[in-house]
Amino acid sequence: MNAMLDTPQNAAEPVIAGRNLVKEFPVRSKGILRRKVGAVHAVSGVSLDIGATETLALVGESGCGKSTTARLMMNLIPPTSGEVLYDGRDLTKLSRNQMRPMRRDIQLVFQDPMASLDPRMTVFEIIAEPLRVHGLFKNGGRARVNSLIEIVGLNPEHRNRYPHEFSGGQRQRIGIARALALQPRVLMLDEPVSALDVSIQAGVINLLEDLQDELGLSYLFVSHDLSVVRHIADKVAVMYLGKIVEEGTTDQLFAGPAHPYTQALMSAIPLPDPRKERTRERIVLQGDVPSPSNPPSGCRFRTRCPLFKELGANEQSKCIEVEPLLHSDHDGLTRAACHYAKKKQLV
Amino acid sequence: MSNISVSAGNGKNRAVGAKGDVVLQVEDLNVSFPTEDGLVHAVRGVSYELRRGQSLGIVGESGSGKSVTSMAVMGLLPKTAQITGSAKFEGEELLGLGDPELSKIRGKKISMIFQDPLTSLNPVYTVGYQLAEAIRVHYPDVNKAEARKRCIDLLDSVGIPNPQQRVDAYPHELSGGMRQRVVIAIAMANNPDVIIADEPTTALDVTVQAQVLEALEKAREEVNAALILITHDLGVIAGHTDEVLVMYAGRPVEQGSVDEIFYEPRMPYTLGLIGSLPRMDEDRGHRLTPVHGTPPSMLNLPPGCPFRPRCPMSQDICAEVEPALLPINGSGHVAACHFQEQLEGKAPDDVFAADATDLSVEAEIEASEAEAVVNTEEDDK
Repeated sequence: MNAMLDTPQNAAEPVIAGRNLVKEFPVRSKGILRRKVGAVHAVSGVSLDIGATETLALVGESGCGKSTTARLMMNLIPPTSGEVLYDGRDLTKLSRNQMRPMRRDIQLVFQDPMASLDPRMTVFEIIAEPLRVHGLFKNGGRARVNSLIEIVGLNPEHRNRYPHEFSGGQRQRIGIARALALQPRVLMLDEPVSALDVSIQAGVINLLEDLQDELGLSYLFVSHDLSVVRHIADKVAVMYLGKIVEEGTTDQLFAGPAHPYTQALMSAIPLPDPRKERTRERIVLQGDVPSPSNPPSGCRFRTRCPLFKELGANEQSKCIEVEPLLHSDHDGLTRAACHYAKKKQLV
Repeated sequence: MSNISVSAGNGKNRAVGAKGDVVLQVEDLNVSFPTEDGLVHAVRGVSYELRRGQSLGIVGESGSGKSVTSMAVMGLLPKTAQITGSAKFEGEELLGLGDPELSKIRGKKISMIFQDPLTSLNPVYTVGYQLAEAIRVHYPDVNKAEARKRCIDLLDSVGIPNPQQRVDAYPHELSGGMRQRVVIAIAMANNPDVIIADEPTTALDVTVQAQVLEALEKAREEVNAALILITHDLGVIAGHTDEVLVMYAGRPVEQGSVDEIFYEPRMPYTLGLIGSLPRMDEDRGHRLTPVHGTPPSMLNLPPGCPFRPRCPMSQDICAEVEPALLPINGSGHVAACHFQEQLEGKAPDDVFAADATDLSVEAEIEASEAEAVVNTEEDDK
């Protein structure tokens, strides 16, 4: 485990970074030819930096491309363009054989623990599998699995049980133990707590925080829930329709979101506090997310943007024609992709 | 905006009662399901009163019996379910009514909104057809043109754009949020007195959830209906209800006004739920206090307080006597805990530890369940 702690504790040097990642999925015609008739623009130019022992949260609604981004960062799917830098190498250029040892360092935890654990394998076998695949089991694998079971807060006596004998929270802990088996440096957490009941969710969040401190892990935390994100993340990137619309440190973002989408998202999260809930300002977005196979020109959020409706015709034409880039020369502290970004305090 | 109480003349001359009359009264409701392993006692003595215009939130984790409670009231449980107690709608007993009688009440006086709109809508009919069906089944003398006009009004009132066109759309042509709004429109079609919403926004994204909850609130105001909102999301409860019922292992463990539940909880479980919730308005440094362990199996419930194995305050008496709902200060706030007095002014961190795991809790739960199984086996002999 010491190998992981050797990484420089320098935030300026990212452990893993994505550069201008683009992923388009082809839409094919029906029939035998299955010609390409269009493309779903799932991810359109996303750049992310994750530093050592840092948690970057990727927030957005379903279909905004956050899970695709996480898979691109692991090189599980090839990007249409862009690169992923890890250890000074571009992962997207590596062959399968070259990629194989790198996979140890970057592991994934899935949302649904029941669907991601083989029901016919015991917990011991599930956690030992990555070790066997990488040929590391012979070398003290048994002890390693036992210690992993303990690290994630399960009873080692239960190692011969099957996944169905555990509760949802315990199953998610098994998934985390499996991801930790190869001593990774980066964990991609794809909605790891959204399938769990609240009282159980808190235990898994605390476990993830403890593991990060003890093992020096970096997390990419994919979530739709800003309250969980505020709790666990150091940095936040908000995605809408394949693009990052706002990013900043957690404190900056929650102190004053500047992009109208972030503001709407934040005001839509219900607070478990009746008095605050009654007096809060509410921004309710109209309409639905446009189809990613035909995204709007210019600013992708303009079709639902409450700010856009208030602008004059001249200002609106800028939103329609010019795509806003992430910039920080507005009064807020974050980097926002809006021509008329304006800070607003919401919580 | 449309005015839903006019149009089709479908019996809307019914006087809308004053806010404050009791519309639904549930008393000592018990529901059990026989299974191969024995009787599962899913609901164990739920009582509440719902007044016109009031909204009641029912919170609890999965398996706490919150949905079964309302399914029993609506007569939607399978025939094998054993239901005792009483559920009165405007003084009329609902339990034990046959299907023809219940059908006159369902959808007209009490309507229900389910979690997944794609499974509660019929995929082979247009949404307009399904809306008109809801109206015409209760008011057969409404002709098709009138019903269609009212469908368009209803779709408009729940915030669906272009209702004239959407009325001919099939459910798969609409997005998740729109489908749920169609379900809400169907639920309010006959100006019901009670709307039961069972996890209405759980399957939706947060911005869509905000839209749907707004539509639901508006619908409720227009027809002055009472609402039962069943959810596991304490945030939704905080913003949309007046009264809250917290359920655990099939029983209400605390009941009170929304402010009492959130600011002065007197049952360790409620406190634990609040403490385990990550909050957007709280600093990152704050550590969550999880409730360790899992809810008990409803098959062999050990004697005593069902929350005892997970409760950091438990003492010997908790294993023997299951606490009744005890009044706290006469305002209607009740909590089922022997030590509720000690909880006055306590914060979640005072009671629960902020660690990630606690194996002793799980070991205890396992031991108590094993014991319960042994006990029932002895009973069988």
